[in-house]
Amino acid sequence: MNLKLLKLLSDNARYTNREIAVMIDMSEQEVENEIKQMEQDGLIRGYKAVIDWERLDSAKVSAIIELRVAPQPDAGFEDIARKVMKYDEVESVYLMSGGYDLCVLVKGKTFQEVAMFVAKQLAPMKFVLSTSTHFVLRRYKELDIELYDNASDDRGRMSLC
Amino acid sequence: MLDYNSILNPTVIGMKPSGIRKFFDIAEEMKDVISLGVGEPDFQTPWHIRQAGIASLEEGKTRYTSNWGLKELRVAIAKYMQEQNNVKYNPNDEILVSVGGSEAIDAAIRAIVSPGDEVLIPQPSFVCYDPITRLAGGVPVIISTTAENEFRLTAEELKAHITPKTKALILPFPSNPTGAVMRRQDLCQLAKVLEGTEIMVISDEIYSELTYGGEKHVSIASIGNMRERTIIVNGFSKTYSMTGWRLGFACGPAPVLSQMTKIHQFAIMSAPTTAQYAAIEALKNGRPDVEAMVEEYDMRRRMIVDGFCQMGLGCFEPKGAFYVFPCIKSTGLTSEEFCEQLLYSKQVALVPGVAFGESGEGYLRASYCYSVSHIKEALARIGEFVEILKK
Repeated sequence: MNLKLLKLLSDNARYTNREIAVMIDMSEQEVENEIKQMEQDGLIRGYKAVIDWERLDSAKVSAIIELRVAPQPDAGFEDIARKVMKYDEVESVYLMSGGYDLCVLVKGKTFQEVAMFVAKQLAPMKFVLSTSTHFVLRRYKELDIELYDNASDDRGRMSLC
Repeated sequence: MLDYNSILNPTVIGMKPSGIRKFFDIAEEMKDVISLGVGEPDFQTPWHIRQAGIASLEEGKTRYTSNWGLKELRVAIAKYMQEQNNVKYNPNDEILVSVGGSEAIDAAIRAIVSPGDEVLIPQPSFVCYDPITRLAGGVPVIISTTAENEFRLTAEELKAHITPKTKALILPFPSNPTGAVMRRQDLCQLAKVLEGTEIMVISDEIYSELTYGGEKHVSIASIGNMRERTIIVNGFSKTYSMTGWRLGFACGPAPVLSQMTKIHQFAIMSAPTTAQYAAIEALKNGRPDVEAMVEEYDMRRRMIVDGFCQMGLGCFEPKGAFYVFPCIKSTGLTSEEFCEQLLYSKQVALVPGVAFGESGEGYLRASYCYSVSHIKEALARIGEFVEILKK
């Protein structure tokens, strides 16, 4: 496992193997092999683009749902988490410390759609004690990438020092 | 109307108004320019360092410090010099906190140079040594370093320029603009030439933390008996991304530093207080930040060197600072012509090598204080330009 390589990929998964090879002093072949291996091992789970959906008319709505769940003997929160994550509407599921148990990120086309998904699918699930829905109003930063402003370079363009 | 030319100091009037200024102004004004022209880190000052500056303000630490700088900071600098360079300095009278490395260079030259004294300046190098020497009445003696020697200063070159009037040698490594570093064996050779003379060394080590490829910076003060004739200039700007804080320091023998501190005391009083508190934090807890930044610079360095080599503009592998210095002699253009045409046709801003001295002619300086995606875009455009030149 090559941490430098992983860090580069997590910064920007679209670097070519050649670019990565140059930057961390490996051969292109070695980079290709290592990535392939990490994909096979399941260490690398996928690659995605960070998109500012708000710029599009077909904007998406998302919400964070706090689920309080009754833990089950032997299975704890595991079973319910695995059931929740199977819905296409669900983007992420995390087991949390603190005031509630599962944090569920849900996406949909409209507020109504998300609300109905929670009401009809999540809330009635067995062992779910309560839900609390928080809609996302605006995204400023996602996965280390700023969505709000284009950062400007205040250094000027030329200097001798 | 007054005849200002007869009033003003002729030495100042005679200082070259850096011909490059005009080109810079054009680059600043032009639209959609992608620049590799700035020699200043793109990283922000690490947050905990900024926080230390803010905290000092909240605590009301808003007054002058000692002329020498805060004692706590000088103690931290002494510890740092011992650990990084293996040279001991007494924080009481051998360390001066200055307004950036620049002020320390100025004070060092003014403390040493009398009218008529010669100061040896290896070039290509940063542009301040020559005018400051002239202001002190000194005579700059340029030593041209060459690509064949990877822009290192050799003992032969040094020896060939020493005269009875030689007072000081400026040793600006790691180098802006070439990225060259001096290895221990190179410094030992210089030391042999200098020992037994009365020549002082002003070692501008502002890029000392930014070295790549495993070999760490070596200070000439740590070689043989060189400490007694060396003034080390360093600072926080490049190491900790603190350019705007304006904080540097000088270390050297007490008799020299006490004279420099007199100059500092009359011209400056004391370095900025807020910056000094931030600098204490930087020295105490900034090591992981420096390591992370160096790792990032190193990846960019590899990428940009590879990029220039791919397009047929050979450049030796820079081992320090954050610049590459590719050779453009194969294009038949001067460095200014190249940069101007590149700017107009592809909107990429680079600094012509000649801006750093005649021996920089035939080279470009590209900085990699930019994100990888920014560097990639600039390289792609430069590559297109070079292809057009080949036709």
